Amino acid sequence: MYETTYHRATSVSDAVAKLGASDDAKVLAGGQTLLPTMKQRLAAPSDVIDVTHIADMKGITETAGGLRIGAATTHAEVAGSEIVKRMLPGLATLAGHIGDPHVRHMGTIGGSLANNDPAADYPSAALALGATIHTNSRQIPAEDFFTGMFETALEDGEIVTAVEFPKAGACAYAKYPNPASRYAMAGVFVAKTDGGVRVAVTGAGQGGVFRHAGLEDALAQNFSADAIAGVTTDPDQLLSDIHGSADYRANLITVMAKRAVAACA
Amino acid sequence: MTGSAEGIGARVTRREDKRFITGKGRYTDDMAVAGMCHAAFVRSPHAHAKVSSLDADAARAMPGVIAVLTGEELAADGVGNLICGWMIHSKDGTPMKMGAWRALEHETVRHVGQAVAVVVAETRAQARDAADAVVVDYEALDAVVDSLDALKPDAPQIHPEAEGNLIYDWEIGDEAATEAAFASAAHVTKMEIRNNRLVPNPMEPRAALAHYEEADEHYTLWTTSQNPHVARLVLSAFYNIAPEHKLRVIAPDVGGGFGSKIYIYPEEMVCLWASKKTGVPVKWTSDRTEAFLTDAHGRDHHSEAEVALDADNKIVGLRVKTVANLGAYMSLFSSSVPTYLYATLLSGQYDIPAIHCNVKTVYTNTTPVDAYRGAGRPEATYLLERLMETTAREIGMDPAEFRRKNFIRSFPHQTPVIMCYDAGDYDASLDAALKAIDYDGFAARKAEAARRGKLRGIGLSCYIEACGIAPSQAVGSLGAGVGLWESAEVRVNPVGTIEVLTGSHSHGQGHETTFAQLVAERLGVGLDTVSIVHGDTDKVQFGMGTYGSRSGAVGMSAISKALDKVEAKAKKLAAHLMEASEGDITLEGGTFKVAGTDKELPFFQVALAAYTAHNMPEGMEPGLKEGAFYDPTNFTFPAGTYVCEVEVDPETGKTEVVDFVAADDFGTIINPMIVEGQVHGGLTQGIGQALLENAAYDADGQLLSASYMDYTMPRADDVPSYRLMTTVTECPGNPLGMKGCGEAGAIGSPPAVINAITDAIGTNALEMPATPANVWRALKSAQPAQAAE
Repeated sequence: MYETTYHRATSVSDAVAKLGASDDAKVLAGGQTLLPTMKQRLAAPSDVIDVTHIADMKGITETAGGLRIGAATTHAEVAGSEIVKRMLPGLATLAGHIGDPHVRHMGTIGGSLANNDPAADYPSAALALGATIHTNSRQIPAEDFFTGMFETALEDGEIVTAVEFPKAGACAYAKYPNPASRYAMAGVFVAKTDGGVRVAVTGAGQGGVFRHAGLEDALAQNFSADAIAGVTTDPDQLLSDIHGSADYRANLITVMAKRAVAACA
Repeated sequence: MTGSAEGIGARVTRREDKRFITGKGRYTDDMAVAGMCHAAFVRSPHAHAKVSSLDADAARAMPGVIAVLTGEELAADGVGNLICGWMIHSKDGTPMKMGAWRALEHETVRHVGQAVAVVVAETRAQARDAADAVVVDYEALDAVVDSLDALKPDAPQIHPEAEGNLIYDWEIGDEAATEAAFASAAHVTKMEIRNNRLVPNPMEPRAALAHYEEADEHYTLWTTSQNPHVARLVLSAFYNIAPEHKLRVIAPDVGGGFGSKIYIYPEEMVCLWASKKTGVPVKWTSDRTEAFLTDAHGRDHHSEAEVALDADNKIVGLRVKTVANLGAYMSLFSSSVPTYLYATLLSGQYDIPAIHCNVKTVYTNTTPVDAYRGAGRPEATYLLERLMETTAREIGMDPAEFRRKNFIRSFPHQTPVIMCYDAGDYDASLDAALKAIDYDGFAARKAEAARRGKLRGIGLSCYIEACGIAPSQAVGSLGAGVGLWESAEVRVNPVGTIEVLTGSHSHGQGHETTFAQLVAERLGVGLDTVSIVHGDTDKVQFGMGTYGSRSGAVGMSAISKALDKVEAKAKKLAAHLMEASEGDITLEGGTFKVAGTDKELPFFQVALAAYTAHNMPEGMEPGLKEGAFYDPTNFTFPAGTYVCEVEVDPETGKTEVVDFVAADDFGTIINPMIVEGQVHGGLTQGIGQALLENAAYDADGQLLSASYMDYTMPRADDVPSYRLMTTVTECPGNPLGMKGCGEAGAIGSPPAVINAITDAIGTNALEMPATPANVWRALKSAQPAQAAE
């Protein structure tokens, strides 16, 4: 790791100020991607601004339309939350299967969403459930937030502060892990929302997380695993690597979607 | 033998575990000496390139930098090239073609990660920063990574010494007899078989701390070695670092080796040289990426195998052609692995009258390949046991019965490929394994799994391997540059405590426990009075180290011989002290007794008497300390049957190993708990090879699986709860009847797993690793309609 300066932010405004004061600062929101990248000397921020001690950015609360999760809330807290388990059980299951126990006790939902790793789990839930990403300056619908692999709508100096999830009739997540890294090779989040059935896929798309119109249309007609057994995904849009071809990932999307639908029952 | 509750056969908990489990182990990276500086290597990003220029001026000016040293300086100082210590001759009689391997290369790099310069700086971070600042211009050359491609006429030429990248073209067995057997065969089964390349991944990465003391012209090297004396010998005799008495090599606690820490690598040599050159002690600890790129890899064979049967389904011949990838350079024992450690095991457990095997080894632009847990025997076992299973399916015979029909049953048995098996009972382990797995009940289990949507399969592997390497004269005649005996010294102290100095080295095997158990058994003393000393060339007499599951059969045999001498002398002294005839003295429970009387003397009092020397028999020297060298008369031949049951999810291709039975014959077992641990580890590495692990290169020679993000190590949820059992035929070749258990699991398990998966999915078109994607593809190509659902 190259030399860096650690700052602990005390409030959102303090974090924004510290971030603005440096040309080359990074937000540290658990560090489960950032720190390994720095240790590999692939990233060398001059300053890291730790936002995980900001009280306003932590915790899970029930809201009128759903629930709000502070950006600095860990995966373990989401997985163990009674509110999440009751209202969005698929989200609790997803959080409980991210990485390993160490990662789940350090990594945060805001960090995961802001990083938008194409194989991360949370983006699929945010997109399928129609979440709203709150930042220090605005609110961004999930539809507009994820703009490409490792890319989001966040501006320089903008910090994710919370995520708001609307209620859903039912939701579930099924993931097929990469055998080595255990990131998603295909993770499918299925939700029955007020706006209809929504399906988001992570781990497989060349552009990161995406909604799957074919699966959504089929499930809108008939919400059953059988109804989507024949739904296919165009492999030209999917990732291909030493762990699996695009064809294999296309197959996994259908299989995981079936399993998520079955888990919604 | 006097017997002991802590002796042979006792499940004694490991004495070394207190320090390991509490984080108090002392590894090379824990060592420090005053003024110590740190090395960082500048490494090639290219698989094959000319080094056009190297500019270290900026690096030399950076904070804390002591020196930046290059290959030109290394060569100018007369440091020798790295060598391969086992000479193999091609079938035409020509010697193997060894390309020059410099510890720092300044002309042509031949694999990604090869070191071209070293930075020595006051801190590790400073050294790494300066290494990044060394500017090297490369002229990239075409690279070749696959061994079959390397033999093609248009392949890039890697070493001037090896035309067409061919290192040797070797054969074993009787070609004419084998041809005749195939000509008369009633049935022939032929397969192409690939054995995937693996990265060893010991938990502790390689490390070195080199300290040159100018006043004494003396070097000390702490390093991660499985054989510190061999390291010193090679560093002295071949690399011209220092004469042996001016070089102390210490291998302290070592966190796993699996073969990869047998060899001398460039980095350890460079640290020694750099310490003298700079006048400061130099430490280097590999990071995980360096380990992936520079630790010797394992396996990587392409083979064609054919077996010929007579009309009664008896095997009449076996014909094998193998191309083995040795990587960019010939590592220390690389030449022996695909030859004498591989083809000599191709007879397996079977009575095969004619065998012929041809092995070509080739250079490629990949990390060097050498012995890795099993070393040649896994490759032989995988080939033969895949072939046996496939043949049984082709002829419609039960795979267990086809094997049984061809078992060797009379011993000693001379195979057509050098090995002479001394003892074994292959029916016993097959019977035990089949009973444990409930072989007859498999059809019902398969039907039940099918109702859950799973494809269940069963696969066997009847393995044999050769351990306890080896009779020095025999291996010498086959080209080995060293003898393969072992040494021991048993020092009984005046108070009766005992130190055993062994040439074996423990890097996870539990020698501090098992070797002490032997002493407890033999002398009737408590384990807490025995300490095992190893791993330091200044403390321990020359020894050959630990690899090839040899420390029980060879290392403990040397201790046993030394104990014989201690016991004989102590008995003679006890007889003198008790005024009895030597023939009437017995040693029971740590006490010398005179048969038929109530006279007795505890062992420790006899030891004290040997050192006070007030009352010794005429002509007896004082003291009680004896040494021994043990040179085995033959290899040992552990064998057994593994049965694996899997369930495959046809939707994802995911294989779950749902049951695994291992019935092993290791001969005498010192500590069943430690043996079970060895088998668990071996099986897990074998299942790792079969299902998960693969060193994947792209066409340019970049290692794609160079981190744990892409190289799949087996984890707890990848393996089942193993069911282990042993059957015993004692090895007649050594005093304890031991065979060795360290590698069997890794040798025997891969074919059992792949045989089970191919049984489950109904197609044989599957190579290792059987990743979910590979199994899914195999299923899809076999049954396109079904898999497309």
